[in-house]
Amino acid sequence: MAEAAPKFDPKAHVVGDPIEIPALACGAMAGSKPYVASSAHQQPLGFPGELVENWQEKAVARLGELVDNSRALRVYLDSCVKCGACTDKCHYFLGTGDPKNMPVARQDLLRKVYRRYFTLSGKLVPWLVGAEDLTKEVLDDWYSYFHQCSQCRRCSVFCPYGIDTAEISMAARDIMDTIGLGQKYSNEIIGKVFNIGNNLGLPPKALKATLAGLEEEIEEDTGVPVRLPLDEPGADILFVTPSADFFASPHMEGLIGYAKVMHEAGVKWTFSTYASEAANFGMFVGSQENMQKVALRIRKAAEDLGVKRLVFGECGHAWRVAYSFLDTLAGPFDFLDRDYPVPQHVCEFTYDLMQKGKLRFDKSKNDDFRLTFHDSCNVARASRMGDKPGGQFEIPRAILRATCNHFYDMAPETIGEKTLCCGGGGGLLTDELMDVRIKGAQPRMRALRDVADEHGVTHMAAICAICKAQFSKILPQYGFDMEAIVSVHQMVSNAILLTGSRQAEEYDAQQKPAS
Amino acid sequence: MSEVATAYEVNGIVAQHDEEGYLTDIGQWTPELALLIAKSEHIDMTDEHWEVVNFLRDYYEEYQIAPAVRILVKEMTKKYGKEKGDQKALYALFPYGPAKQACKIAGLPKPTGCV
Repeated sequence: MAEAAPKFDPKAHVVGDPIEIPALACGAMAGSKPYVASSAHQQPLGFPGELVENWQEKAVARLGELVDNSRALRVYLDSCVKCGACTDKCHYFLGTGDPKNMPVARQDLLRKVYRRYFTLSGKLVPWLVGAEDLTKEVLDDWYSYFHQCSQCRRCSVFCPYGIDTAEISMAARDIMDTIGLGQKYSNEIIGKVFNIGNNLGLPPKALKATLAGLEEEIEEDTGVPVRLPLDEPGADILFVTPSADFFASPHMEGLIGYAKVMHEAGVKWTFSTYASEAANFGMFVGSQENMQKVALRIRKAAEDLGVKRLVFGECGHAWRVAYSFLDTLAGPFDFLDRDYPVPQHVCEFTYDLMQKGKLRFDKSKNDDFRLTFHDSCNVARASRMGDKPGGQFEIPRAILRATCNHFYDMAPETIGEKTLCCGGGGGLLTDELMDVRIKGAQPRMRALRDVADEHGVTHMAAICAICKAQFSKILPQYGFDMEAIVSVHQMVSNAILLTGSRQAEEYDAQQKPAS
Repeated sequence: MSEVATAYEVNGIVAQHDEEGYLTDIGQWTPELALLIAKSEHIDMTDEHWEVVNFLRDYYEEYQIAPAVRILVKEMTKKYGKEKGDQKALYALFPYGPAKQACKIAGLPKPTGCV
């Protein structure tokens, strides 16, 4: 580029309408690309180590296989009428102004190639129907712009044809992996799951020590011996959670909350070293084979441990895979107890106990938190919770309202099924993509600024490891405290009154009238 | 792509690193190399920085992974008290995050995943 664009100053952009349409900035994000996976990160996943020589031919062939195998994908590629309803619905477009981040334009990077090779008009009169050869320039655009899509599916909500744009991004990434052009971040991580059992690469010894340390901490704090069991035979529940819960903050504070709830429920439960990961990046890279391999680990762990139930921790896309795909990928789960949801979300678990009156809370313990809730994209638009439509929105909020005195929602066009992505989902949570992560978070940051100004909101809760990690990094950029992002079960942990705990004793003493 | 150095060089020893500056062979780490990496991260190493780096290296030797932030915070609080040992203080030492940036200086692999 001839001239460097002026540096983006997030703090200067934090006030304003979250979904304001930006001025167009053509090609502004063409340089945004993730690191390319090396052969060491490609081959364990069954992909070529580097860009193959006949990549064009192979890519077209792969696209043919994908549309042959997925009627849905073919319909998505055929049916767009360019109505424009999606153009201003992507947070990356809103934050960058780059027209190739308009969902319709991003999809067209693949659609124009599909037209050229798989439709009659595209073969005969490509110039009339927007069909184009797959050239190196097109491939470069694919690598750049299909890694500026977090597969959050906000645009799909507004598409009158119901085109699932995430499926198109996934297909594009699948094709790139097939020709040896993979993304380092996601593929290295999938390899770690195969080798070690989790995204983090946390070995069993470290996991064991981490959990033991937390048990000590909780007992010190509450006087109650709450356990975080690992590989425990005879457990009824296998608890599968993102490995970030064993490492990062505020994730780990949520993990402590799960343990306290499980303790109070009186259930026999366990984590597994073999399935010490809920996340499934196979979905992000669009690889059915790898997604299935990761999912089968959970099945194997459940069978080996002989559990009756499966509960998932706070992880957005893991819940999508679990709720929507687990049975297809790794089912049938006929050995589990069908009296309980298979699988169950930890929020459903906690909410169920609340309904039965089995949990007591001292809400005042969270009086320093004036909260809002960020609906995570994959939970909001690709799954449900509970037994009523919209349960995935209601249940986490019900938990927050039960544990905190101050709760305020953000603007309606930025939450619920219209929620804005955190900016780091879909395999983009990597440092070299920080620029697009910061800009993509702008709509959410504006919505947060609004409730902070109007209602004095100090903290935002989430139920996704990616959202939590993304916001810890992004919040300070926009002038918020890095610790303003919290786990839902962190709020539960702060307020819960464990039977026999110091907190319960103090609370009950306060409730008694002074004699 | 711009030309990015792919190796550190200190006292005649050449140590390869990845795109982001993490050492390829953690066995090549030396305190002198740590100073060089820190410099490229615009960090002046103080005793407190070294305390973190040494703790990370000891933990890694035992567990083959860097410690969780909460574990690191606990350790630093033990040493320096609540005020100088909390998460914010760690970020003041390593603005790009105690896990990632301090790991780089300590010669350890980058923690991956949703962190």
